[in-house]
Amino acid sequence: MFELEDNDNILEIRDLVVQYHTDEAVIHAVNGVNLTVKKGETIGLVGETGAGKTTIARAILRILQTPPAKFCGGEIVFKGEDIMKKTEPEMRKIRGDQIAMIFQDPMTALNPIEKVGFQIAEAIGLHNNIKKTEAERRACEMLEMVGIPMERYNEYPNQFSGGMKQRVVIAMALACNPDLLLADEPTTALDVTIQAQVLEMMRALKDTLGTSMVMITHDLGVVANCCNSVAVIYAGEIVEYGTAEHIFDYAKHPYTIGLFGSLPKLDSTDRRLSPIKGLMPDPTNLPEGCRFHERCPVATDKCSAQPPSVVEVSEGHLVKCFLAEVME
Amino acid sequence: MAALLEARDLKKYFKNPMGTLHAVDGIDFVLNEGETLGVVGESGCGKTTLGRTLIHLIKKTSGDILFEGVDASNPTKAELKVLREKMQIIFQDPYSSIDPRMSVSDTIMEPLIIQGLLSKSDRMAEVRRLMDTVGLAARLENSYPHELDGGRRQRIGVARALALKPKFIVCDEPVSALDVSIQAQIINLMLDLQEELGLSYMFVTHDLSVVKYISNDIMVMYLGNMVEKSPADELFKNPLHPYTKALLSAIPVPDIHKQVDRIIMQGEITSPINPRPGCRFKARCQYATDKCINPQELEEPTPGHFVACCNFKTI
Repeated sequence: MFELEDNDNILEIRDLVVQYHTDEAVIHAVNGVNLTVKKGETIGLVGETGAGKTTIARAILRILQTPPAKFCGGEIVFKGEDIMKKTEPEMRKIRGDQIAMIFQDPMTALNPIEKVGFQIAEAIGLHNNIKKTEAERRACEMLEMVGIPMERYNEYPNQFSGGMKQRVVIAMALACNPDLLLADEPTTALDVTIQAQVLEMMRALKDTLGTSMVMITHDLGVVANCCNSVAVIYAGEIVEYGTAEHIFDYAKHPYTIGLFGSLPKLDSTDRRLSPIKGLMPDPTNLPEGCRFHERCPVATDKCSAQPPSVVEVSEGHLVKCFLAEVME
Repeated sequence: MAALLEARDLKKYFKNPMGTLHAVDGIDFVLNEGETLGVVGESGCGKTTLGRTLIHLIKKTSGDILFEGVDASNPTKAELKVLREKMQIIFQDPYSSIDPRMSVSDTIMEPLIIQGLLSKSDRMAEVRRLMDTVGLAARLENSYPHELDGGRRQRIGVARALALKPKFIVCDEPVSALDVSIQAQIINLMLDLQEELGLSYMFVTHDLSVVKYISNDIMVMYLGNMVEKSPADELFKNPLHPYTKALLSAIPVPDIHKQVDRIIMQGEITSPINPRPGCRFKARCQYATDKCINPQELEEPTPGHFVACCNFKTI
């Protein structure tokens, strides 16, 4: 294991392809994704239902159920080592220790018949060779850190509200001080006021612990709030990637622009939204050429004939669209 | 504009082993024809219960409901059937609110059959017209819900609610289960229908940016109480209640240059079971004073803008 410098890539995903093979069809969930996460960085992975966001996160942890899931190519390099080449016992050491995940639904991510404190201590005890009492003491610390009094160590998940359960899940994920945190829609199931609390807390914890984070969300507001860079994903491909500034101020891809147009703006006086027409393509039968061309307001004949390549429109701002090529 | 629906001191309590749950606790409002009332609040504040009580899906505990100026508080079964023709609801979850064993056309036709409207042959024509109105392709008429995505299912929900040509529709989080691009399609559809048919909506949601978009008036609820009610623009420009201020500041804005200082509320919504008198927001309010243990009076500092907070002038 080597020490990482700041700005080193903690995670590099190269040409990742994941498919689900079922009796009826092959679902093309992730189709050649490239992504790097720098140390200490928070990257937002934005896209709609079925875009492949969660599949990517689960592939990084290798917790996809295979079959039906099938890795069809690419590599996931974590701290210089290819995760795909690890054995299962090696993976088990990484999961929860060096890479941790916050799941979307706090209601189902906790074990209903174990005390919440124990569930945190269990993770600590698994990855550290320490006494049980020491693990319990650290679990208490973690509870306090996410703002839950340690007196509630011996309570069960059903005695907690949704926001508190999500805090417990976050405490569990951060318990072993992971290098990389995968947050899969961590606040989607929460009320907006509780969401603000949880996001604020995650940001503070991230700053203290220096954790890198992949924030999976469909909410561009959440991304604006906490991400350094953003990858917009559509039909299993990253269509636009750049810093938060690139995406929010200089979005180039028609899909990204469409996503912003779909959002009701608090300071707008328009009486109509401008949604993206049509629906997400069927992942068992993706369109030829650019995956977005059927819904794209500026598509040309070329778009249905061949897939566009990735163009760097400015430093670190990547767009997968023919239009960007022309603009360049 | 004529008042379509009026609620006066409407209450809905649920008895449970722990005590009495005050889900809706004294709500007053007037909804005009062709207008939209947005109702916002956190989960558990009683906004869904309010919507369901208004259209008699659940029986109110006390208070009055006036529809088209006529008292509709305690309808008989026959009266209710007539009322249902005029009041409809679109449910939150397009996955569980549609019968999985009924085809699209059967689902949309069912209200017409129950009300005994139109002849058999005309019904099918009407269903096709409704499907066209909400943007469902005619080829889907014999499809079943499991074959359709969330956006299309929600369009069935809208078509079903429109079937009886109602005047008032309760929209209970109709877009929160949908993706943003589909969400925008459904919102635009609902706005178009309102213009065409002169519908009145009560739009229940937790998404404040959506509600600003479509509402004339917005009501903010907290633990069964109305804490503030105002024209939509005014509420966003000049929120008066500390809860409204915190709620507005908590919205994540999709713009990296407009990141505001959030008012982070401590704690969570308290229990609505046997609430103590006085302001229910007191426990989370940073401006709480001794005065807050008294029941809060509704004041109207500017016309149409109501607030229930004894300290609103000083904060």
